[in-house]
Order: sequence, then structure tokens, then C-alpha cells
Amino acid sequence: MALPFAFFALFFAYPVASIVGRGLKDGGQWQLGRIGAVLTDPDVLHVLWFTFWQAAASTGLTLLIALPGAYVFARFDFPGKQLLRALVAVPFVLPTVVVGSAFLALVGRGGLLDDLWGVRLDTSVWAILLAHVFFNYAVVVRTVGGLWGQLDPRQEEAARVLGAGRFAAWRRVTLPALGPAVAAAALMVFLFTFTSFGVVQILGGPTFSTLEVEIYRQTADFLDLPTAAVLTLIQFTAVLGLLALHAWTVRRRESALKLVDPAQTARRPHGRGQWALLWTTLVVIVLLLVLPLAVLVERSFAGTDGYGPVFYETLQSAATADSTFAVAPLDALWNSLAFGAVATVIALVVGGLAAAALTRRGGRLVRGFDALLMLPLGVSAVTVGFGFLITLDRPPFDLRSSWWLVPLAQALVGVPFVVRTMLPVLRAVDGRLREAAAVLGASPWRVWREVDLPLVRRALLVAAGFAFAVSLGEFGATVFIARPDHPTLPVAVARLLGRAGELNYGQAMALSTILMVVCAGALLALERIRTDHSGEF
Amino acid sequence: MTAHAGTTAPELLRLGGVTVRFGKADGRPALDAVDLAVAAHEIVCVLGPSGSGKSTLLRVVAGLQQTDAGRVLLEGRDQSGVPTHRRGVGLMFQDHQLFPQRDVAGNVAFGLRMRGTSRADQEHTVARLLDLVGLPDAQGRAVASLSGGEQQRVALARALAPRPRLLMLDEPFGQLDRGLRERLVVELRELFGELGTTVLAVTHDQGEAFALADRVVVMQDGRIAQTGTPLEVWQRPATEFVARFLGFDNVVEATVQGDTAVTPWGKLPVPDGTPDGPCRLLVRPAGVRLLPTPEGLPCTVAARTFRGTHVALLLQPAGGPQVEAACALPDAPETGEKVGIAFAAQDVVVLEAAAE
Repeated sequence: MALPFAFFALFFAYPVASIVGRGLKDGGQWQLGRIGAVLTDPDVLHVLWFTFWQAAASTGLTLLIALPGAYVFARFDFPGKQLLRALVAVPFVLPTVVVGSAFLALVGRGGLLDDLWGVRLDTSVWAILLAHVFFNYAVVVRTVGGLWGQLDPRQEEAARVLGAGRFAAWRRVTLPALGPAVAAAALMVFLFTFTSFGVVQILGGPTFSTLEVEIYRQTADFLDLPTAAVLTLIQFTAVLGLLALHAWTVRRRESALKLVDPAQTARRPHGRGQWALLWTTLVVIVLLLVLPLAVLVERSFAGTDGYGPVFYETLQSAATADSTFAVAPLDALWNSLAFGAVATVIALVVGGLAAAALTRRGGRLVRGFDALLMLPLGVSAVTVGFGFLITLDRPPFDLRSSWWLVPLAQALVGVPFVVRTMLPVLRAVDGRLREAAAVLGASPWRVWREVDLPLVRRALLVAAGFAFAVSLGEFGATVFIARPDHPTLPVAVARLLGRAGELNYGQAMALSTILMVVCAGALLALERIRTDHSGEF
Repeated sequence: MTAHAGTTAPELLRLGGVTVRFGKADGRPALDAVDLAVAAHEIVCVLGPSGSGKSTLLRVVAGLQQTDAGRVLLEGRDQSGVPTHRRGVGLMFQDHQLFPQRDVAGNVAFGLRMRGTSRADQEHTVARLLDLVGLPDAQGRAVASLSGGEQQRVALARALAPRPRLLMLDEPFGQLDRGLRERLVVELRELFGELGTTVLAVTHDQGEAFALADRVVVMQDGRIAQTGTPLEVWQRPATEFVARFLGFDNVVEATVQGDTAVTPWGKLPVPDGTPDGPCRLLVRPAGVRLLPTPEGLPCTVAARTFRGTHVALLLQPAGGPQVEAACALPDAPETGEKVGIAFAAQDVVVLEAAAE
């Protein structure tokens, strides 16, 4: 309990508080009048309104499209399921800049749809919504589907025998059991889309702007720190409200679930309806998730004189590119992997301890901490990164030149995933199993290791996968604190995209493809480990 | 003849005034000032309907349930502040609670691992215990593949493995079918006798309790209604609650005068030394004798139920409550027939005032 608390106080609360303080203080005096001035600005109100409704629309659309997908992944057994499950998670970890470009290439001017049917979506909000669904499909499938696969189908069968129709049984038995997971997933999607940055900046053009984009503009373009600070506070307050709402709904619905081995609940589809559902899901995945990625890969090979691995070959040397890098672009891959691995370990330790503590204890303070853990998701990554720079650069915490700064910032974003993934499963573990272990002589720590850990190993692996993937893809904070000679993949991609020229663009696409392959590989490996262990059942 | 008679063995467990309240402080407690002692090598069975506080009692001894008042002593040592895992007691849960992610050997060896037993000793003990519970060579089997009876045996082996000084069983046979249950009760009693295990079990089934226990403790609403050997409790139920819980319904208002009592069923003989005055009487069905019609108390047969070894009759006398009687199949009258009944003195029991 103490370790996670200290971690968040030092690496989150302190930097964010000091950057807000800087914006709102003038010569040691608090200038709270600025809040009112910014809040009555019609432009700001417009941004606020757009931020809110696009997030709501994106969340609704994601749930609508992804919940059937979660069902398919939880209950159906079909060839290539493991591969597909890993594939679905790939978009989530791609740098927003790359996704924005990929969607632009798909639905923008001169894009694939424009070429074929003259359809362009880049000026409408649909492009943003679709990109958000692209990003968050995996959140719903993994969070909801993971639990769904472990629900005992006999519960629903019991309801059917008692006279409930297929849909009624689902609504009365499965849906309430899934409630906390659906709420958790919806909350995550809402948070991500509410604070959406890269996608909106590229696809929104001058018309659409979210709070996060506005914060970035005020900070980086206009150097208007006071306005940025007020906007950060607004976003912070909104996120805090959302988290409180979430904590309330979850607590109301929390119940001990009977979990079973997911391998036993999945069956081959049976009957026309189930096959149709499976195929619909596959088509959705192909159109929505695979197509943009395919365009990305296609571009990475499309040199000036036909297809070829030109861009990949040039990645290995620092000399071919102009002065963008002091190192070869490919070194960014090794940096990313090392940072990601360390960040994952930090996130697992901090998040695992926090989740274990939250399962054991009740009380107002602990519940507050539960919500606090989610905050890094809602607070602008730009603010966190900038805050790291201005606070951790002097004693006692002079980490500015330290290698640890990047993994620490990335772990901060990973911890909420770890907690969110593990908490529902940990809370669903039957308390009497713990009592049985205690009676047999296991100390509380042994109980956690012997009872909880094996039961949540799957959730732990999923959490590790997410933490690693998020670390690999993290951009907003890393871009501020990564040292020029130690760029991560997303930072390198952004730098390349920022330069004109065919070679730079092609290299960016090539690096993005590598990032995508690495993430897919990591997720696929986790799926493999999980299968081996579930053989123990 | 108190319940503690003949216990020369040292006292292993003592509960003193243990009280547990759930929810509001003024509500009815789950355990109300319970005093109980268990001697070493004794098998004590707590018997009572659901909600009488039996399981709470076990949880208190295991340290899984905080008490609001009272003390728990194991081998004379106060256990307040001793966490569950240091109490050295075993508890077999009602629904077994086997660890689903471990195989049979992993479950049985769990308590040994917690005590740091060497791997060779673990394997040896696991093999011996699985033999003992009748599941030889089941080490590698998955828990999910076990039948209810097998799970029960594995749970027992798991609870026995660390050699707990006190083994507690919570409704140990609850989910098993009758044949298996009756066989296991006999097996367990033999096993516990061989091992010298001290056992505190709870059940709602009097048959199980009587077959398993050296001493039975009947609980009612968080209090102990009666303790005694199975025979004592069966022959002399202390209160109307105990009598009715054991299935005896021939309870009637009476006024004792000398060696007889005046009841709605006429004059009944009572045991010597019964004090004069109003009381309630129980006549066990075996003590109701059928007579040819002009003799005895005239009754009509209201119902007859075939019970295998005997026929249970429900008789309606001219006045007073119905009377239950048991008789052999060849002698059993048909429903609606008129019979006369008489009562045997040795089957008449004077009940204490109800505990309410």
C-alpha cells in the first residue's frame, strides 16, 4: 500500500501539481480569476462541448461494435483465434500519430475510399469516431471478453430452464455479472477518447479540437501556460467526476462470481445465427482494424521505384537520413524494448500491490486510492511529461539525465491497466478459498501467492501485455523526456513524420510497421504462455 | 451424568462465553455466550437446524470470525490475537473449497508446504493419506474431474495432512448421497479412532451426528440447548425444541401428581422422582403400545406411513393432540380403524421449560 502511494505522490501528483501551480501563480500570488476568464470564453466552451459529445459517441459506438466481438472471443472456438486476439490488440498500442496518418490514407483526400468511390470522411467527425473505435475495440474485447470467457455458462442455462428466453437469460444473468467489466471498459474508452490527442489533431483539422489538443496548442504553440493550466484543471475535474461515478457503479454491482476455465466455455459455433455472428465479427475486424494497418504496411514498402525494402535497409544507419538522428533509427527499437520491459515490471509491481491491497481492505481511504490510480489515464500526458521535466530536474530527485525517467513515466500509464485488469478478477476469487489456505497454515502473504496469484495469472499476463504495449506506444509524455540520443519508436516516427521528403515518410511507415510487428509478437507470445499454463487445469 | 463424564484426557478446546453478533448490536446474536469444552481424542458433533450458529462456532475456533465477547482456548492457551494460520487447527469446508488450479497431490500437500516439510516427506504423507481415504494413486488427478464423494475424501486428506491438533468438519457429508454418506460416517469414525484425532463437527443431520460422535451438542438460536452422549440425547431430550428437532412430536401438557401425570391423553406414568406440578411430557413413539379396542385410550388411525423396518401411525384420540406410534408391519391397522393405546413408563420423558 505504501509503495504504490509513494510512487503516485512522487511521479504523478508532484509534477502535475507544480505545472498547474506555475500556470496559476504570478509572482507567488494565486491568480484564480484566470479560471473564470477562461471558462467564459466561447471558444473554450465549444471545445468542452465537442470533447464531451465525441467521447460519448465514440464510447457508444465502440461498445456497439465491440460487445458482439467480446462474445465471439469469449464463447466461440475457431481456428486462428489466438492470432486474431493478438491482432485485435495491436491498434491500441500504435502511436496516435501513425494511426492518424493511416486513417488519412484510408478515408482522406486521395485515400483508398476516395480513389474507389469518391468518399471522403476526413472533414466529418466520422473519421475521428472510427479511429477511436479502431483504438478501443481491444479494450472492450479484452476487458469484457476476458471475464465473459470465465463466466460459467451453466448460470445462463439455469435461467433458460427456468423459462427465460435466450435474450432474457443473457440480460438477467450474464449482463449483471459482466456489469462491472462493461462499466470498466466503457469508462476506459470514454477516458481515452475524452483525452484524445493525436487522432483529433490529424483528423479533426481546424474544425474539431478536444481539451487535450487545446492544452497542447496553448503549451507548445502559444506558450500560454495559464490557459493551459486552467484547461488541465478542467480536464482533471471532469476525469475526477467520471472516476467517482465509475467507483460508485462498480461498488453497487460488485459480487462474487463463479469463475471457470475459459477453455471449457468456448465452443465451435453452432447453427446459422452463430456462424453469421462470427463472420460479421471477422468482417468488422478486417474492415475496421486490418485495413488501416494493411495500408500502413503497403506504404512502408512503396518506394519511388516500385515495392521493395528500401526504407527498411536505410533504417540501420544514422548517416542516410538527414540530421534527424544522432543514432540509427533502428536503435529506437532496442530503446523501446528496454524501456518497455522495465516499465512493465514497475507497473506490475506497483499495480499488483495496489490491487492486492484494494482487495483486502475496505474503507473510505482505500476506495479513494482506487480512483486515484485511474487518474494518470485522464490527466493530459502532455502535462505529465512537461511536469516531469520541470520538477524532477533538481535535487533531491534529479532524474532529468537518468535513464529511469522514461520507464517511470510509461509505468505511470501502465499501472491503471494493471489495476483495472486484475481488480475485478481478484475480487471475484471466492473468499473461502483464502480461508481454506489460512486454516492450512498459510500467512496472508502466502495466501496471496498460493491462492490469488495462480487464479489471476491469466489476468496478470493480460495486464503485463497491456502495460508493455502501452509503454511501447506511449508518446505524449515520452516525447518531452526522451533524450535525443535515446528516442523510442513512436518518438522516432514522429520526428520522421515531422520532416518533409519521401525517405523520411517511408522510414516512418517502416518504423511503424516494425513497432506493430513487435507489439503483435509480444501479445502473441503472451497468448502462447497462457495456453501452456491453462493446461494445468 | 454430565457430558464431560469420563474425560481423563486433557482438555484441548475450551470456549468461554463466546458471543458473536452480526449487524446491529441489539440484534439476536449468532452465538450467545457459548461455553463448550472438547477433550483430546474426543469426537464432538454440534447438531442444529440451519441458522443456529453451528458454522459460526467453527469459524470462531479457526480465527476466521471475530468474537464480540468470550475466549477461545486451545490446549489452555488463549487464542485472541493469534491469526488463523498459526492456530494449528484444521477445517474442512462445507463445499470442500479445493484449490481448483492444483491437482489432488497439490491440494493435500498444501498444508505441509506451508510448514516447510521436505518434498520427500510431503510425497510420503500424501500417498499415505490418499491410501487412508480410499483414493490410492490419485495424486495427479485434476480436482475438476473428481466426483462429490472423491472431493470430500481429498478435502479430508488435505485437512488431516498437517496433523492439526483439532480437526473441524463443517457439514462434512452435506452434498453426498445417502449410501455414500452412511458408509463414510462409519469409515471416518474408525479412521479418527485409529489416528486419535480430536474432532469438532457440525451437521444438521441427527443420524450423522449420532453415528459419528462421542458427544453431541444440540444448538438452538446461538445457544447450547443440550449436550450428552448420543444415547443420552436420544433417550432424554432436555427440551421440547430438542425433542421436536430429533423428530419426536408426541409432546403434551401435563400436571404431575406422584408417579402419574394428568394429560389430555389420560393418566400417564412418569419416572420416579419427577417433581409435582405442571410440565410438558414427551412420549417416544416406541413407548406407545396398541391394544385391542375396548382397552386403553380409544383412537382413530389418521395416517399410516410405511418406513421399511416399521410402520409409523398417526393416531387421533378423542381429546388432545395427535399421537405418533410405531408398530411392526403385520400388526399395523388400516387408516380409519379404531384402536386403543397405552403408554410405557420408560419412554415417557419430562421436558425442561422451553429455552425461549
